[in-house]
Amino acid sequence: MPQSAWDPNQLLIRACLTCGRAHGESGRTRLIEANGLTKRYGEKVAVRDLTFTVRPGVVTGFLGPNGSGKSTTMRLILGLDAPNSGHATVNGKRYRDHLAPLHEVGALLEARSVHTGRSAYNHLLALAQTHGIGRSRVRELIEMVGLGEVATKRAGQFSLGMGQRLGIAATLLGDPAIVMLDEPVNGLDPEGIQWVRNLLKGLAAEGRTVFVSSHLMSEMALTAEHLIVIGRGELIADMNTADFVRRASKKAVRVRSPQAARLRELIAGSDVSVADIEPGVLEITGLTAEQIGEAAAANAIVLHELTPQQATLEEAFMELTQDAVEFQAGAPPLPPATAGAPA
Amino acid sequence: MSEASSTATSSLPHAPPVGRVTQARVARSELTKLRSLRSTRWALLVTLILTIGIGILACTVFAARWPHLGLSDRQHFRPLRVSLAGVNLAQLSIGVLGVLVISGEYTTGMIRSTFAAVPKRLPVLWAKAGVFAAVTLAVSLPAVLIVFFVGQSILSSQHIQIAFSHPGVARAVIGAALFLTVMGVFGLGIGAIVRHTAGGIVTLVAILFVLPPILGLLPSSWSNAINPYLPSSAADVLWTITPEAHTLSPWAGFALFCGYAAASLAIAAVLLVRRDT
Repeated sequence: MPQSAWDPNQLLIRACLTCGRAHGESGRTRLIEANGLTKRYGEKVAVRDLTFTVRPGVVTGFLGPNGSGKSTTMRLILGLDAPNSGHATVNGKRYRDHLAPLHEVGALLEARSVHTGRSAYNHLLALAQTHGIGRSRVRELIEMVGLGEVATKRAGQFSLGMGQRLGIAATLLGDPAIVMLDEPVNGLDPEGIQWVRNLLKGLAAEGRTVFVSSHLMSEMALTAEHLIVIGRGELIADMNTADFVRRASKKAVRVRSPQAARLRELIAGSDVSVADIEPGVLEITGLTAEQIGEAAAANAIVLHELTPQQATLEEAFMELTQDAVEFQAGAPPLPPATAGAPA
Repeated sequence: MSEASSTATSSLPHAPPVGRVTQARVARSELTKLRSLRSTRWALLVTLILTIGIGILACTVFAARWPHLGLSDRQHFRPLRVSLAGVNLAQLSIGVLGVLVISGEYTTGMIRSTFAAVPKRLPVLWAKAGVFAAVTLAVSLPAVLIVFFVGQSILSSQHIQIAFSHPGVARAVIGAALFLTVMGVFGLGIGAIVRHTAGGIVTLVAILFVLPPILGLLPSSWSNAINPYLPSSAADVLWTITPEAHTLSPWAGFALFCGYAAASLAIAAVLLVRRDT
């Protein structure tokens, strides 16, 4: 695939082919709004009372372990599944109430959503024709995603990565104000992953709303400025990526000292917990590096290392989902007698 | 954003939704889908070959064997029915293709892309039914006309042919094409209800070919009363000129068969809007 064909800015800066305007303009809120979304499949609750807003101009990551309800939420937003309660709107309306839905939201859906017997070109053409989008736009997008040489091959013969590129081309057909992608980097090679990152950032920089799901924290750390985190179908966090890491950070300090045992006795206290990592190495929670350093100096304890530990995004994520699980387990519903009793 | 575009934007705060979804556009999309699948092209080709090939074969056999046939065979000989023999098989290939037109989208996951593009959903069903009916008619009408005239010209060597101007013949020949068209829509409705290829085909075959023999096991007063209203019986009367006992008149039967197809589409429509994808 030629690198030049991968430049996302090629297609994004210029005006929309279907309406002749540049996008990211007024008249559309460009918000995805989920309001109390709940979805059950039989007994299983896939999504519970989910409320959040996805804003334009930044890449918003939708983070959660596999099976946490990300794909379900996206299907609810697109109206592919109906919520049991709550509602979702895009650009201020339910998705199905828009006259030109592909113009509002471009969505890359989970797994394959392509007929295996149809060529990439005809797949895109059939979708384009529902909105009167021309063949030239279809050809342009096929070139842009690097499928030019296999455009007439049946999609069933595509690799996972090629399938993802086809899905991304479909996403951009209607030059949408909102782009919603479910696990877009799945199956892509490193070059493809880099391309998707640049594409998403380019789309956001254009003023579009970019909502992208992943179960990979490291991927989100690189692309998303804002995070919406869910676990077991419930909202865990809705915040800036940096804040998310900071909030979840355990703020431990790693200390290496030949007099570790003495230091340990010295700083012992009710608010301080000390873990032995290996002989001579402690991980201290509850004190700052400054406090530990000063305590050591005052008592003439030699320190070989004094390092504040920053949690990685993965750790932050694990910690938060862990909390959610514990909170669920530790907080049963109030017994009727207590709940109903007058205060 | 360039300055030009923001100016254009402010002067057109509510730009007309040029690219909006219309029924005609969805129909065009469905036509693209239909002709871009190898399986569809093959199934239509097979239908064409079956309709023409079997009819010509049957006529050739009768023309060749006629001097040696006994009185009973000669009495039961129906030149129209023989030339349209292939339609019996074509109904199966068209019905199955009707199922596939929609079940294929469910089994591959394409339906999610389709409904993301047309979230109101019903335009997709109408477009699929309309486009498939039009394509089926466009294939089957020439097929039945060709096989009728070629078949009768083969039979004419023994002077046992029937003329197109003979009462009821034109209605029956064109009716065979209409029958196949509605059969396709019936299959499509079943496919949309069942959503699985195998299940849809089994349901269609059961209705057309399993129900009648089961009915035959009932007391004849019952089966004679019910039989005319079976989809298969109702469908057949339009393309025959020698009606059997206990059948509806041609157009009444065809109207009932259209009713079955419409009912399958109506049920499919209700389910399509209500079900998750």
